Amino acid sequence: MTGGRDGHGGRWARAAAAAAGLLLTACATVPPDAGRNPRDPYERVNRQVSAFNDKFDRYLMKPLAKGYQAVVPRAFRTCINNGFANLGEVRNAANDILQAKPGGVATDTGRLAINSTLGVAGCFDVATRMGFERRHEDFGLTLARWGAGTGPYVVLPFLGPSDVRDGIGLVPDFYSSPVGYVMPVSARFYLEGTGLVDTRAELLDATKLIEQVALDPYQFTRDAYLQRRLSLQYEGNPPLPKLEDDDSGESGPGPDATKAKPAQPAQPDGR
Amino acid sequence: MKHENQLIVSVSRRAMVLGALGGVAALMGAPVIGAEPASRAGMSPDALVESVSTEVLDDIKADPALRNGDFNKLQKLIDGKVAPYVDFERMTRLSVGPGWRGATPEQRQALIREFRTYVVRTYSGALSRVTDHKVKLRPFHAQPGDADAMVRTVVAPSNGDPILLDYRLEKTDAGWKIYDVTILGVSMVETFRNSFASEVNQNGVDGLIKALADRNRQLAAGNKS
Repeated sequence: MTGGRDGHGGRWARAAAAAAGLLLTACATVPPDAGRNPRDPYERVNRQVSAFNDKFDRYLMKPLAKGYQAVVPRAFRTCINNGFANLGEVRNAANDILQAKPGGVATDTGRLAINSTLGVAGCFDVATRMGFERRHEDFGLTLARWGAGTGPYVVLPFLGPSDVRDGIGLVPDFYSSPVGYVMPVSARFYLEGTGLVDTRAELLDATKLIEQVALDPYQFTRDAYLQRRLSLQYEGNPPLPKLEDDDSGESGPGPDATKAKPAQPAQPDGR
Repeated sequence: MKHENQLIVSVSRRAMVLGALGGVAALMGAPVIGAEPASRAGMSPDALVESVSTEVLDDIKADPALRNGDFNKLQKLIDGKVAPYVDFERMTRLSVGPGWRGATPEQRQALIREFRTYVVRTYSGALSRVTDHKVKLRPFHAQPGDADAMVRTVVAPSNGDPILLDYRLEKTDAGWKIYDVTILGVSMVETFRNSFASEVNQNGVDGLIKALADRNRQLAAGNKS
């Protein structure tokens, strides 16, 4: 989230401050075993931030996203969604270069060129139909490619699940977004706002699922995030996690509840 | 692998994770099925997954009631066509984790029963997203003599975001059986495992059984509305 990175009027700053004041009263229930998971030593803090984010989401982002979904026809939403994905190709290609993945650079720049022209400014994803499938790269994955570990899991205010490595990666990714260079600033502001609402709207079903299903949404989100990022790091083919137990689980010393961590990978099979 | 992260649009890491889960929401109707279990007993794991998931997907496409989340119908489909190829006991055991060891036989039966309902309920609401999806196998590597296999697939509509759907199988006397499903890199067993463990730590095995049963009742009520 990027609101107000250029002085876009004290109006917004004041509104944000007021909202933050309200939201900070959010208070999470922290289970007694918080912080025992070695990947989440800051669980107590993370749960508070997560509760704050949930309130922000419930009172602002989700209603906006629902309204957007109700008002804007599907075809138009797809167009907007594709448009932002198209802008993301710049980030993808930049990180492909940094990761020394020439195939990725070719695919992503090709997609950008095709969809920006034939796809009418990214509105239609014709490149996929031509066989150039959409990829995802970001600076967190670039750091991973050169051996950086994730560091502890962290929940960032407004932005949500992350880890230390991916959080650092957000900064260069932010500057590789073409939206940040749009002039005038007010146009940029509306573009970024639309992008966020669009993203949130795409995720309405997913968040509903988590709310309905997860015994503990915080844990569910964390564990899914960490696995998802590992999968992205290995371009869909991460090393197999060792699911322990086996035989009938009748004997032997019990595995610690908090492990079940995949073995640390050597080098992604970059393609 | 290029099928990834269609769901991911912008800067937000929250978006990233939730996008992954969007994949969950979008599919999973696709685990497996088979008309005559016996005829598939000798199949290799990749062939089994392909044939069964294609068949289930076709059934879902053909039946609007299934897409609308008709739980009884889905339960029937699973019982008849999916269950012969799934080791629900192992799936439950792995998800419950260390708590399993201390559970009595009655508790284990209750866990398997509630967990199975929980999994089916979880995904029944997601089937409305199924349109003209097709299952494609991704490259499969196996050695003869392997007793454990990961079959990776991609389920894609003709126009839209493909979903990576991978199956973990074990070889049993009755042929290959699925014991975990991974959606966009997120393993069901691994994801349930931590939260189940913490439930068992706090409230014991009976606490977990109750939590699952409560959740199943809530899901049942929610699906009707």
